[in-house]
Amino acid sequence: MRWKWLVPAIYIFFLLLPIYWLVNMSLKTNDEILSIFSLWPRDLTLANYKVIFTDASWYSGYINSMIYVSINVVISVTFALPAAYAFSRYSFVGDKHLFFWLLTNRMAPPAVFALPFFQLYSSIGLFDTHIAVAIAHCLFNLPLAVWILEGFMSGIPKEIDETAFVDGYSWPRFFVKIFIPNIASGIGVTAFFCFMFSWVELLLARTLTAVHAKPISAIMTRTVSASGLDWGVLAAAGVLTILPGALVIWFVRNHIAKGFALGRV
Amino acid sequence: MANITLKDIAHSYTGASNNPDDYALKKLNLTWRDGGAYALLGPSGCGKTTLLNIISGLLTPTKGQVLFNNDDVTRLPTERRNIAQIFQFPVIYDTMTVFENLAFPLKNRGRSKTEIEPRVIELAKMLGLEKDLFTKAQHLTADAKQKISLGRGLIRQSVNAILFDEPLTVIDPQLKWELRSQLKYLHKQFGFTMIYVTHDQTEALTFADEVIVMFEGEIVQVGTPEALFERPEHTFVGYFIGSPGMNIVPCRLQGRSMLIEDHEITLDQTYKEQPDSAKIEVGIRPEYLRLAPAEEKGLPVKIIKVDDIGRHKIARVAVNDHTFHVVMPEISGMTGDTASLVFDTAHTNIYVNDHLITGEQS
Amino acid sequence: MIAKQTNQKAWFMVLPVFLVVAFSAVIPLMTVVNYSFQDTFGSNQFFWVGMTWFRDLIHSERFHDAFLRQIMFSSIILAIEIPLGIAIALTMPKKGWGVPVCLISMALPLLIPWNVVGTIWQIFGRVDIGLLGHTLASLGFDYNYTQDPVAAWLTIIIMDVWHWTSLVVLLAYAGLCSIPDAYYQAAKIDGASRLAVFRYIQLPKMQRVLLIAILLRFMDSFMIYTEPFVITGGGPGNSTTFMSIDLVKMAIGQFDLGPAAAMSLIYFLVILLLSYVFYTVMSNIGEESSNGGA
Repeated sequence: MRWKWLVPAIYIFFLLLPIYWLVNMSLKTNDEILSIFSLWPRDLTLANYKVIFTDASWYSGYINSMIYVSINVVISVTFALPAAYAFSRYSFVGDKHLFFWLLTNRMAPPAVFALPFFQLYSSIGLFDTHIAVAIAHCLFNLPLAVWILEGFMSGIPKEIDETAFVDGYSWPRFFVKIFIPNIASGIGVTAFFCFMFSWVELLLARTLTAVHAKPISAIMTRTVSASGLDWGVLAAAGVLTILPGALVIWFVRNHIAKGFALGRV
Repeated sequence: MANITLKDIAHSYTGASNNPDDYALKKLNLTWRDGGAYALLGPSGCGKTTLLNIISGLLTPTKGQVLFNNDDVTRLPTERRNIAQIFQFPVIYDTMTVFENLAFPLKNRGRSKTEIEPRVIELAKMLGLEKDLFTKAQHLTADAKQKISLGRGLIRQSVNAILFDEPLTVIDPQLKWELRSQLKYLHKQFGFTMIYVTHDQTEALTFADEVIVMFEGEIVQVGTPEALFERPEHTFVGYFIGSPGMNIVPCRLQGRSMLIEDHEITLDQTYKEQPDSAKIEVGIRPEYLRLAPAEEKGLPVKIIKVDDIGRHKIARVAVNDHTFHVVMPEISGMTGDTASLVFDTAHTNIYVNDHLITGEQS
Repeated sequence: MIAKQTNQKAWFMVLPVFLVVAFSAVIPLMTVVNYSFQDTFGSNQFFWVGMTWFRDLIHSERFHDAFLRQIMFSSIILAIEIPLGIAIALTMPKKGWGVPVCLISMALPLLIPWNVVGTIWQIFGRVDIGLLGHTLASLGFDYNYTQDPVAAWLTIIIMDVWHWTSLVVLLAYAGLCSIPDAYYQAAKIDGASRLAVFRYIQLPKMQRVLLIAILLRFMDSFMIYTEPFVITGGGPGNSTTFMSIDLVKMAIGQFDLGPAAAMSLIYFLVILLLSYVFYTVMSNIGEESSNGGA
């Protein structure tokens, strides 16, 4: 067992190597990328990043992604909170079927919905808006949010609710003042997962946008096919899409292990 | 079966250190005789569980040796020490039946089926688990689960010792009594060495032949229940055992007398003179104090409160800032709130820096 | 535990979620159903064709191949990622500075946009500029994922292992962290072997989270689209054309709306059905191991 640490160490090395390679490439000039094969940049340059930060068609992609991801997280969490409370505390007509139906939407391949979504949002004039992508991502994020929050809420004893009502709290005041602080970590975990799945999704986001709300990841694919050879900028853009995720992980690092159990261990 | 000796044992969870405050267990020496029934008593966090885990090998002590008879087992892993241990909260193997749970320690040691089966059935009967032998352990109640844990501890016949770490915490008071007497019965029958950790004095005093009292990582007294009650060797033992605990009040010594707030009380022994810096206290059990009408000879006190708790009454009395508890069958003949406190000198103990000293009879 | 209170007003709390999800799910799904029974010539002229598309699809070799490839891919992914994830979780440190290091670096791939994951591996595997491709080539391997189906499959599988094993690790690790120390101590006292500790303590305690892990990995691997699309575009030939890729090709590339819609429905139903089977089988195993006889 003395060599036990080797397993995670090798795994982490395997995880970080391709990312390192991307960072490495983003700091090289195109000439260097194509002419010499080197493990680190000989001719360190930030020119690739400069291209992205000075060209609106590049950096607006980041802004677009951020906007629709934020909208989606806000919608998912605020709508899911009362619903999850209802599922964890009450029984009502059709509750089990509804819960199951919600979950089946997590199993819907985005590829199935891409075209109908395009037609639907075009017909109501929402095509190429941030809100369209945010609502489309609710298809899988809302059921997930309800499910995660329900797990956390079921872990809170019912007596807390009852005591509060006996003390004369109205339901909304109880919910905001007492219940939400109790499941704060659950809300954090939910927001994390909603961020994650909205941030990484491309197919729907690309289908529903053209210019004004185009996500960064879609701009990347377009650039690949257009210029084809600008590896340095492509790598820099890739590195910049990893950063927000890394930042979010840094903030939730103390809750990751617990959070991944979704309150259900 | 073996005598277990702890030699200069000390343990720190942060590794070897020169600061005594880092040690959860301060240097201690102790021998557990083969076949004894011991209780390890002390408040939470005094190092009881640490000591237990050192004996079973779940912890390796920072300093010192553990000897089984004369063999040094300090570095021997738990599985090779032949020790059974039962924990505070039930540990059961969810996916196994009650039978498989009980048989598990034997199976792991490669015993044959013909040996295991009768033993499991016999033990299940003793613990009242025979009805549930073939149900999954996870479906049982908390106290049935704890019985399974106890059963796994008792199943092996040739263990060096069985260690109980507050095993009855989760059990109903009614059942607690029953299980404890069952343990005593099993002890008599099989003659295992049993070490029983608890912070409950009744549990310790009814279970054990000998009680080890721990306080802040040190053993403060080893003795029979009577000795602990009559002559506590440390002020902590005095007020930890008994309800209410021993009265401990500062005093000064003067030949054959002691002075409490300048009131002289004659003792039956002469104590050596102590240095000025020493902390000198008198300790006496509430049961050995008596309240008399104020005219009688004794320490003049003010009665603060009297509680009637049925069998007897408990009075709280004070001399200036020092208070005493007095236990008496009946308190009567008192006028007003003053009285005289009379000491039973045969049961009056003197402590210097928290440790009992003895004087000369004369 | 008191039974849940019956309260029909709870529907009002669920209503917002219901409406938003229904808007995103029901209307598009009805569109799909609608298309699947019709044929179209050019703009907005539709004809009822009944079950034709479904019949054609079920008998089409293209669909069979995509389906088989998909099943094979998901099976390989599960067979690698679940045991590997458990093994890594078991060897991860429980305390100290190693814990945040492990958690942070392992969570990282999960938050990279899927097409960037594809791009990273597309670059990494290239013989001219990628570390992996270059190294393999200089070791004498004939590795080229754009021409050789085996290399393409290997690249995509390694990429998926890279991308998603961490999810299994983190779930399993969360399960392991919930086991109180006393269980391991009791196992030592009982003389249990390392294997017995795994079999009788760790595995039962991880069962719930493993069920979640298997379901999520199954569903997501069955729906995979972006990453292989970026790396191979479904090639070489059709060798990495999984169901989603095939579907998008058919719907958007060829604009065969009818057959694509029929395929969408079958595809969705297959995922539902298999998820349901997985769920039932796995919960049954759990129940059995907790109800059966001696």
